Amino acid sequence: MTPNWKTLLLTGCLVASAGLFGMGAASAQTNFKIGLAEDPDVLDPSLARSYVGRIVFASLCDKLFDIDDKLNIVPQLALSSTVSADGKEMVIKLRPDVKFHDGEPMDAEAVRFSLDRHLNMPGSFRKPELGAVSEIVVVDPLTVKLVLKSPFSPLLAQLTDRAGMIVSPKAAKEAGDKFGQKPVCAGPFKFVERIQQDRIVLEKFADYWNKANIHFDKVTFTPIADSTVRLANLRSGQLDLIERTPATDIKEIKANPKLRLSSVVSLAYTGITMNIANKEAGKTGLGLDPRVRQALNFAIDRSAINEVVFNGEFMPGNQWINPENPYYQKSFPVTGRDVNKAKELLKAAGVKTPLAIDFMVPNNPEARSVAEVIQSMAAEAGFDFKIRVTEFATSLTQAEQGNYQAYLLNWSGRTDPDGNSYSFHACGQPLNYTGYCNKDVDALLAEARSKNGVAERKPVYEKITKIMQEEGGVLYLYHSKVLVAHSDKLDGYKQLADGLIRLTGAKLK
Amino acid sequence: MFTLISKRLIQLLPTVFFVSVIIFSLQHLLPGDPAMIMAGEDNDPAVIAQIRAQYHLDQPIPVQYLFWIKGVLSGNLGESMRLKVAVSELVTTKLPVTLQLAVMAMIIALVIGVGLGILSAVYKGRALDSLVNVLGLIGISTPNFWLGIMLIFLFSVELGWLPASGYVSPFEDFWQSMRTTIMPAFVLGNAIAGVLMRHTRGAMLQALSSDYVRTARAKGLLERVVVIKHAMRNALTPVITLGALEFGTLLSGAVLTEQIFTIPGFGKLIVDAVFNRDYAVVQGVVLVTASTYILLNLLADIGYILVNPRLRD
Repeated sequence: MTPNWKTLLLTGCLVASAGLFGMGAASAQTNFKIGLAEDPDVLDPSLARSYVGRIVFASLCDKLFDIDDKLNIVPQLALSSTVSADGKEMVIKLRPDVKFHDGEPMDAEAVRFSLDRHLNMPGSFRKPELGAVSEIVVVDPLTVKLVLKSPFSPLLAQLTDRAGMIVSPKAAKEAGDKFGQKPVCAGPFKFVERIQQDRIVLEKFADYWNKANIHFDKVTFTPIADSTVRLANLRSGQLDLIERTPATDIKEIKANPKLRLSSVVSLAYTGITMNIANKEAGKTGLGLDPRVRQALNFAIDRSAINEVVFNGEFMPGNQWINPENPYYQKSFPVTGRDVNKAKELLKAAGVKTPLAIDFMVPNNPEARSVAEVIQSMAAEAGFDFKIRVTEFATSLTQAEQGNYQAYLLNWSGRTDPDGNSYSFHACGQPLNYTGYCNKDVDALLAEARSKNGVAERKPVYEKITKIMQEEGGVLYLYHSKVLVAHSDKLDGYKQLADGLIRLTGAKLK
Repeated sequence: MFTLISKRLIQLLPTVFFVSVIIFSLQHLLPGDPAMIMAGEDNDPAVIAQIRAQYHLDQPIPVQYLFWIKGVLSGNLGESMRLKVAVSELVTTKLPVTLQLAVMAMIIALVIGVGLGILSAVYKGRALDSLVNVLGLIGISTPNFWLGIMLIFLFSVELGWLPASGYVSPFEDFWQSMRTTIMPAFVLGNAIAGVLMRHTRGAMLQALSSDYVRTARAKGLLERVVVIKHAMRNALTPVITLGALEFGTLLSGAVLTEQIFTIPGFGKLIVDAVFNRDYAVVQGVVLVTASTYILLNLLADIGYILVNPRLRD
C-alpha cells in the first residue's frame, strides 16, 4: 500500500465519519416526537382495538365528549347533552363551525353517519359499546337524538372514547374498509403518513376548532417496544415524550435534570382472578368456600407488594376503582395483613393446608415479581401458590376455558365504573372468567346502569361491593400509575388518568 | 443445461408445497385464540364470532389451508388482521430494510472477520494472534441485545453522535440512513465476524502450510503476495460458503437487533405478528423467507454447475 493510498483512505474515513456523526438530525422544535410502547393497530375508530391506538387518536380524532382531570365528562365536539326523564333518549347539541380534515362540515348528519358506521360496519369493535342505541335521529344540523333500548347511563362515558369519534362521511364512504390507512377526522392534527412499525406522522390542522391551543406543527409517533431503548431515546433528545415508563425507571428520570415525569393514578387495576365456578378447577382451591378467598385477602400485604415491586409508586386498592375515584366505597377500606386471621378462616373452611393453588401469571417481569411476593406471603398463611408463567395470549384462552385456579390479571380500566364491574361479575358475561353468578348482583348491576350521576349510583355500587368483598371472585391488589416521561422543555402538559397524550395547551419552551 | 434447470425447478414444487403445509400447521399449534386477541380486552362474543367468520377461523384447519393456498397461488398472501393491510404490501416494504441491514452487516463481518482471520494466521503464535483470538471469542459470545444497548448508551446518550433507534431509507436521505443503520449492522456483523475470523484463520493456516505456498515462497515472492495472491484465494472458498449461509439467516430478519434499534424489518414484523396471532402475516413472511432460501439454494446449485462442468452430467 503506497502512502497515496493511505492518504486517500484516511480522507475517505474522515469524510464518512463527518457524514455519519456530524450531520445531526436537527429537526424543527415544533415537531413533537412521542415514543410509544407498541405499534398501533389500524387507525380506524370503528375497527381499532388497541390501547396504544387510542394515544394516536387523541391527536387525530376528536370525540363528542372527553374527560377532565377529575374524571368529569366534558364536551368536545358536542356542546351539551340531556337525558330524558325516562332515560331512554339522549339529545346531543353539537359545536358549530367544526370542520373535518378534508374541509367537510362536522354536523348532525356526520354524527349520525359515524355512529351508524360504528354500529353496523362489518368487524366494528364499537358495536357492543353502543349496543344500547336503537336509533340515531338528526333533529337539526347541530342536534342529534340517540334513542335507547333501555336506560343506560354508561353511554355518555362510551362517547368519550372511540365510540364517540366522528369521522368524515365523505372520506369514509370513499375509502370503505381502507379508511384506517388514511383516517380523516376532526382532531387537532391531520394524518400525513404511516410506515408500519416505524412512524406515524401527523401535522397541525389549520382549521381546527381549538387551534389557538395547539402549539406543534407536527407530531411523530415512534413505536419502541423496549423500555430501556425508549428512555435512551428520550435522554438523547431524539424523543420529546415517552409513554408507559416502567416504575423501576422513575428514580433515573427524577435524577436527570433534563427530564420530567408526569404521573397520575390510572383507571387500571391488577387483581387475582379466582376460579370459583368455571369448569372443574372452580370446584377446588379458592372455589371451595368464600372463606378461603377471604383468607387469601388477609394473607396479602398490598403495601408490601407496592414497596417491593413498584418502589412504593403505585396505589394499593381493594375495589375495581382506585381510592381516589368518586365511586370508591370508603366503608370498605383496604385491609391490612393478618396471617392469624387467614389461618383461622382456612381452618373454619375445613381446608387441609398447605392448599396448592395453580397460579397463572402473564409472562412479563413485573407480573412475575408480583406473583413471587404473593407466593411467599400466602405461604405463611397455608397456601402453596404454584406459579405458572404463561404467554399473555395463551393465558386469556386458558382463563376462558377455566384452566386455572388463580390468575394475575390487569384491566386497563374504564371511566365509568360499569366498565370495570359489569362484564366481570354479571352471570355469563365475556370477562367473567371466575364463573361467579349471583342473580342479586345482576339485578344491582342493571340498576346501576339505569341511574344517573354519582349520588344516585354510588349507593347501588355499595351494595354490590359488600357482596363482592364477601364472596366475589376477584381479589383487587393495586392500581398502577400512568407514568409519562418527557423533556423539561415541555410546558403546559397535563396527564389524565386514562394515560392518553393530549397535546392541547402543551408547548415546547 | 436448460433441461437440468427445468428439472431442478420442478423438483422445487413439492418442497415449496411441504413448506407451506408445515408453516400453516405449525402456526395452528400455537396456543391462544387469534379471534380473542383481535377482539381486544372486552372479549365480546359477537365480535369474536364475526372475526372468526371473516377470516375463516371457524372452518376446519384443512379448509383454512385451502383458502390460504388458493390466495397464495393467485398472488394474494392475505390481509393482516391487526393492521388491515395486505401482507404482500408489508413484505415489499420490509424486505428492502432487512436487505440493507443484512448487506451492511455482511460487509462489516467480512472486513473484520476475514481481515483479522488472515492477520491471526500470518502472525500465528504471537501476541497479535492471541489478541485476535480473544477478540473473536468476545464477538461470538457477546449477546446482541447487550451490545446493542451499550452502543446506544455510548454513541447516542453519552456522545450524542448517532440516533438511538429508528430507520430512514437510503433513498430518502443516504447519510441519515447510514447513521440509523450503522449500529444495528455492527451488532449483527460483530457476531458473524467472530465466526468468520475463526474459519478464516483455520483455512489460512492450512493453506499457508501447503506445498504450493512453500513453492511460492521458494520462488522468492514477497510475503504479502504469497499471503494475498496464493494462500488467501484458496482459503476463502469455505469462508464464502459460510458467509452465504450467514447472509441467508440475516435475510430472515434479526429479531432482537431489530427490536432494540426499532428497525422496521422482517424480524420486528414477525415478532409482532406472532404475539398478536396475526396468522396471515406470519404465514406470508415465513413463506417468502423460505422460498427465498430455496431459490438461493437453487442459484447456488446453478452456480456450481456453471463453474464446474463435471457436475453437468
